[in-house]
Amino acid sequence: MTQPVTPAAPEGSVAPDRSGALSTSSRGTRVLGALSLVGLVVLVLFSFAFSKPDAELGESIRIMYVHVSTVTAAYCLMLASAGFSIFAMWKRSQFADLAAHSTAEVATLLLGLTVVVGAIWGRMTWGVFWTWDARLTSTAILFLMYVGYLAVRSLPAGFRARSVRSGVVNLLAAAMIPVVRESVNWWASLHQNETALTLDPSISGLQYFTLMLSMVVFAVLAVWMVVHRFRVAWLEDQLSEVGLDAAIEARRKEAVGVVS
Amino acid sequence: MIRDALVIAGKDLRLEARSKVAVSQVLPFVLAVVLLFGFALDGESQVLQRVASGLFWATVLFAAVLVVQRSAAVERADGVTDALRMTALHPGGIFLGKVVSLLAQLLVVDVTLGLAMVVLYDVALSGVLLLTTCALLGSVAVAAAGALYGPLVAGARHRDTLLPLLMLPVLAPVLLAGARGFEIALGRGVGGGWQWAGMLGIVAGVYLALGIAVWGPLLEDT
Repeated sequence: MTQPVTPAAPEGSVAPDRSGALSTSSRGTRVLGALSLVGLVVLVLFSFAFSKPDAELGESIRIMYVHVSTVTAAYCLMLASAGFSIFAMWKRSQFADLAAHSTAEVATLLLGLTVVVGAIWGRMTWGVFWTWDARLTSTAILFLMYVGYLAVRSLPAGFRARSVRSGVVNLLAAAMIPVVRESVNWWASLHQNETALTLDPSISGLQYFTLMLSMVVFAVLAVWMVVHRFRVAWLEDQLSEVGLDAAIEARRKEAVGVVS
Repeated sequence: MIRDALVIAGKDLRLEARSKVAVSQVLPFVLAVVLLFGFALDGESQVLQRVASGLFWATVLFAAVLVVQRSAAVERADGVTDALRMTALHPGGIFLGKVVSLLAQLLVVDVTLGLAMVVLYDVALSGVLLLTTCALLGSVAVAAAGALYGPLVAGARHRDTLLPLLMLPVLAPVLLAGARGFEIALGRGVGGGWQWAGMLGIVAGVYLALGIAVWGPLLEDT
């Protein structure tokens, strides 16, 4: 019988809590979590109570506060993930490899949310959930690319092989981001052009403030999720290594028992 | 690097010529797809001619998945990847060799598919230079992506389902640009066809550059 094993905690990030169980929480993440929660409540108030319907978009502008923020956070995380992948392949860094995974996973979640929320907005505005528009189609393709990346991450492999394999997929997916972003300019598109993050934003006043607030809130929420996901990924890696060592030790003991 | 590429391409093409899988399985698959689309669209020649460009590229992508799967499986089964790792060949040259080998097979698929559409869908050929350029550049992009992804998933347990999931989204720009370029060449689209050929060239260039850059670590560590 092998004894249950406890993975070693990485420095300062995954510490045992009061009951002795390993936790992915720390003072920093608790602050981030609390900020996210308060921010979401304030955002709901601004989106539904304080902010007025738009002259053109009507009530559907409230969906934009989520849609624009989630896709912006997703793009930032995807670019960060590509950077981490390059660093992981270059320096053989396990930290960067796990950071690439964590950021990409949260980015995929946010991009999926963007597509769903966008489809609901499309139904309200265009009368259909989906139209074969360049921006919509390229975003769906980008989402599938990151699903593929996560599938490659899930293949059983050592750290180095996993890092290189998934890094290649990650870089190819990241190369698609400029295409998605510029698709509204390159092709005739139903999708709106840049609304907020330009020198001359097309919204103003409380709507603009609510959108900016939403971006900050979703950025904090994304960071909070990434930190937790990173710590879970680190623990998974540690556990698999400790599990392998324990299995080897158990086989050795069995072999000694047979010989003696 | 070029010499190494030619060595690898020659080796891969000899393997394919001896096994005849591309001729005996992939080309019949392509013809089956052309016939099935014909049935599915009620054999209306006007509809078939209108959608021929998109069908051509969709079929090329499906056929490419088969070709890449087959090529990667042969290498993995016979331990060729391990042997390549120990050679002094330039990793970029090995990658380019794989691209040339896949490209040669895909061009056979392109020609067969094109002829099948001319005969079965009654597609009138026009703008041959643009058609040829788009087919060539698009096939280079598909071959580069295939040469990159094939070995990447070759050792995986679920490689048969994983490869299409990885390859098809990456090749969506090829499908889009190739189909638009063909439509304009065949006189069914508006705008400049050479812009789409240019886009295919950019996509092919990006995939080739990325493949040459990462093939070394990929060969070394997977």
